[in-house]
Amino acid sequence: MGTYVPTTTAERKQMLDAIGVKSIGELYAGVPEGLHIGNNLDLPEGLSELEVRAAVTAAADKNKVFRTILRGAGAYNHFIPAAVRSITSREEFVTAYTPYQAEINQGILQSIFEFQTMICMLTGMDTANASVYDGASAAAESVTMCRERKRVKAYISACANPQVIQTVKTYCFGSDTELILVPEKDGKTDAVALASMLGEDAACFYLQQPNYYGQMEDASEIGEIVHAAGAKFVMGVNPIACAVMKTPFECGADIAVGEGQPLGLNLAYGGPYLGFMACVKPMMRRLPGRIVGQTADVCGARGYVLTLTAREQHIRREKASSNICSNQAHCAFTAGVYMAAMGEAGLKEAAGLCISKAHYLAGQMEKELGWKLKYGGEFFHEFVAECPCPDEVLQALEGNGILGGLPVEGGILWCVTEVVPKAELDRTIDIIREVVLP
Amino acid sequence: MNIPEGLKYSKTHEWVKMLDAASCLVGITDFAQSELGDLVFINLPQTGDEAVMGETFCDVESVKAVSDVISPVTGTVSEVNEELLDSPQKLNEDAYGAWIAKIENITGTEELMDASAYEAFLQTEEA
Repeated sequence: MGTYVPTTTAERKQMLDAIGVKSIGELYAGVPEGLHIGNNLDLPEGLSELEVRAAVTAAADKNKVFRTILRGAGAYNHFIPAAVRSITSREEFVTAYTPYQAEINQGILQSIFEFQTMICMLTGMDTANASVYDGASAAAESVTMCRERKRVKAYISACANPQVIQTVKTYCFGSDTELILVPEKDGKTDAVALASMLGEDAACFYLQQPNYYGQMEDASEIGEIVHAAGAKFVMGVNPIACAVMKTPFECGADIAVGEGQPLGLNLAYGGPYLGFMACVKPMMRRLPGRIVGQTADVCGARGYVLTLTAREQHIRREKASSNICSNQAHCAFTAGVYMAAMGEAGLKEAAGLCISKAHYLAGQMEKELGWKLKYGGEFFHEFVAECPCPDEVLQALEGNGILGGLPVEGGILWCVTEVVPKAELDRTIDIIREVVLP
Repeated sequence: MNIPEGLKYSKTHEWVKMLDAASCLVGITDFAQSELGDLVFINLPQTGDEAVMGETFCDVESVKAVSDVISPVTGTVSEVNEELLDSPQKLNEDAYGAWIAKIENITGTEELMDASAYEAFLQTEEA
């Protein structure tokens, strides 16, 4: 247990003595008496650790925790090596506050620099920022980065996560940018429609890869269409899929963003999550938030600094295109430790298991249940299967401790990650068979 | 303070070098660069942009602030000095050599000052 209370009684007395005040009460003598709470703070008696634990456990027991999760749609249940929790729960990291006096916090800066470096390796991009609050705000910030005087319309694929689309829409309202939805065709972005929609006033197009329905988009081809119109190409990517797919850089993306939750963060009822942002060098100065750089000090030793501080709190101020000043430091640190613990081989293995297990479940649904996949394209670890009675299926699974997929138009959006054993996938098929087959 | 003869100057510290009756080069003055400090970035206008006298047409970023560059004339941007993207420090080192943009079909030059008028203007500014 660390020293969370910063001063002892003796130290407080010493400080009071130094300023010539006898007591805390005297220190607040300037506050009118009517405003004093006195001893009337209406709080119950303190509880022992035993009692607190019992109360919190009782409250937590009200949560329905599924042993098996076959739902994704933006948040993904992955294996987290024990080392991640062990390292990130160290007091130095848990209690470290935002580095206002940045360069004195070399440890925090190093952790951010390493996170940025690994995000660049994963996306193939030249530079990354210290993170933002979640994947949706990363997407929205990326759209703001692309707005120019004559390019004031932003385009987003209808196959992006609906919550991301909503968030981008909110930010576009604030920056007076028109947001236009590019339609879906067979579960993918309609490239022909996109080509006809983009004009000289197009700032950017946002593509999610793999998309909301799990489908792999033809990202390179779409990138060429976007660049032909002179607009910027933004890709919202799943970081685990990045380990095995063509990097956003290889697909021609100018900016790559994404939800960092799959990188070692628990599902945790929806947050806190992590937004990552990376871009090619020509876009570097538009990257919002913090960026940590590596340098050498006067003795030539390695050190870290906040760099390119051409930002809202510093130089650009009212001319900045973003108002984000902080980052999601502990979550970014966790993602960094996760990536380091997994390594390139580990991430590829996790991604490979996701692909094969998801394809196994899809195949069994076709073979054993006679179900059809709604879309025919390649997929990563999510797919939409047509289902005659989604409510009954999901209910039956829930009764057996399995969180089924998310009901979407025309079926159920399933997700399988590396943590689901094959036996559970077979049990899932058996449970559904009972419901749908006579 | 370096204020060369033969150029025209605006009250917002841009210089104008007339190329002919209807076109000119535009940059920032020695006074402007010394006030801004070390410049690290310039956000250039784009070819084809309409520049309007008295309105922002690009911005420069120093280690302490971002400042608008106000167009001293009205016209069309026909060329920009892309060399400044890689070496914005040229604006500090050679303020009158580091032109930012070439502007054509210009009007509004009658509002500008000559070197001696600008020098006098600077003295009133500093006073």
